[in-house]
Amino acid sequence: MSVRYLSCGDTAFTVEFGNQISPRINGQVMALHAAIGAARKSGALAGVVETVPTMRSLMVTYDPMATSRAALQPEIDALIARGLPAETRTRRVTIPCCYDDPEFAPDLAEVAERTKRTPEQVIEGHLKSAFTVYVLGFMPGLAYIAGLDPALFLPRRAEPRVRVPRSSVAIAMDMTTIYPFETPGGWHLIGRTPLWMFDQRREQPVFLAPGDRLSFERIDRKAFDRIAADVEAGSLDWATLVAV
Amino acid sequence: MSAVLKVVRAGLFDTLQDKGRIGYLALGMPSAGAMDRIGLALANALAGNPAGIAGLEIGVMGPDLLVEAESVRFALAGPLSPSLIEGPDAPPRPLESNRSHLLKRGQILRVGMVEGSSTAYLAVAGGFALPAVMGSLSTYTRAAIGGLEGRKLQAGDSLPLGLEQAPARVELKLAAPFDYGSGPVRIVWGPQDDYFSERGRATFVGSDYRVSREADRMGIRFEGPTIEHAVAVDKGGADIISDGIGPGAIQVPGAGLPIVLLADRQTVGGYPKIATVASADLPRLGRLLPGQTVRFAAVTVEEAEKLRRDQEARLARAIADLQPARPAGGIDLSRLYEENLIDGVVYARPPA
Repeated sequence: MSVRYLSCGDTAFTVEFGNQISPRINGQVMALHAAIGAARKSGALAGVVETVPTMRSLMVTYDPMATSRAALQPEIDALIARGLPAETRTRRVTIPCCYDDPEFAPDLAEVAERTKRTPEQVIEGHLKSAFTVYVLGFMPGLAYIAGLDPALFLPRRAEPRVRVPRSSVAIAMDMTTIYPFETPGGWHLIGRTPLWMFDQRREQPVFLAPGDRLSFERIDRKAFDRIAADVEAGSLDWATLVAV
Repeated sequence: MSAVLKVVRAGLFDTLQDKGRIGYLALGMPSAGAMDRIGLALANALAGNPAGIAGLEIGVMGPDLLVEAESVRFALAGPLSPSLIEGPDAPPRPLESNRSHLLKRGQILRVGMVEGSSTAYLAVAGGFALPAVMGSLSTYTRAAIGGLEGRKLQAGDSLPLGLEQAPARVELKLAAPFDYGSGPVRIVWGPQDDYFSERGRATFVGSDYRVSREADRMGIRFEGPTIEHAVAVDKGGADIISDGIGPGAIQVPGAGLPIVLLADRQTVGGYPKIATVASADLPRLGRLLPGQTVRFAAVTVEEAEKLRRDQEARLARAIADLQPARPAGGIDLSRLYEENLIDGVVYARPPA
């Protein structure tokens, strides 16, 4: 495996695995992310501060008072040469989603029309997709989740919405996402989850993590309201949504 | 009784900031933190705190703060126009920056304008007693987290203090203003310098760039000559598959003007980054004001690492060299005021 090292000043560098979006390349990124994490737990790679996985590269940030680029790069090279694990341990996360309320799914009819399917088939396609969280970014807790049913691929909306409500479930290109905050956004809104992707009251405020496998579970408005009330009150048992 | 600093009048953009929220970039969480880590470190050292704990980052114009505690020791670091202490029974008196001061209950600290810089820092001995979010008190306003309810200060706010009373101690001052350096801002090429033509790179390091009005904690948009991409912008020359954005990353979107990304930067982005500001020069960037111009000059990674180590050594020396804030051979008026030497005197006139 050959990688490119790109300079990001004197506190970071990027390890680039390739120049396209593919599950294979992202798998390598996640494997190095995990391998560096494990190496640091065993006391190696002193001076590394954090690693930032993206679709095709891993940014490594470091403290120039504790180490240097010249010291770290050979150590990372050695980690890669030793062989990265093919599959890292992943969580399986279930996201309840209500598709049936028109307020939650303002773009469902248009998506159906443009993909030449019925709204029900669009929902089925979303439910059967095997999703993986590629990267979190842009805003805290916003996950780019790949693996959408190819029948549903669409470019982003020509006119982004000024306000997308929090917890909207949306699709665009080959991905789906869940908006952690009310924000402007250009993806197609096809449902809403009662879960909050970011909640600072939780010990780990961000729910999803890179590498998570994800599936959506259809719920009706009554179930949505019930779970939403628990989330609001801080009484939801989030562990029930995660299998390791 | 709870010890607080009451915000009588808010400044323009005052937020609590510490060394930043470390370890959450992978979850899309910007680090935030002080725009000028040197200013925060000096304010903390003057107040008697460890480096990197949360202080108040003052943007452009400072707040008026009423002491509702037995006493509080605070320090201002940065170029401030005269700040004042007043009340309840004393007339306003001017207050130096770059030293520590003691305030008593009922006194008001009126922080002035920040002059020639966009930021200054106020630290209080013992720090602020606010809950950390993801290990940090830094305010990140876009997600409304950290600091005080995740926002800038407003009139009526109460900032809880870690100490009800300041420990007895002599006040300290800086021996000399810290030298942030001058001349070109040092950069390291990359990560995507190959997305720019040779002419584009020469333009970038050979021209003056002016800080535009679009400058905040997220980044600074510069105005100046446009930088040529290697591949035409309409053929994707200004698009990359998003990758990580480090502190000081300089992205150049299709319009060809550089944007330097700072404390509140997004964690990943899809514009090519021509270069990255050396970490030793980031505090200077964090102090720039709209209208000021800079030039950029390239150094190697190794040189940038050495610049940073040298700067940290100078900062450690400046902190080791803090001096008692007592003018040599003169009367320390502020200390006289603070210690209230006439307390308890009943009849001070000489007997007739």
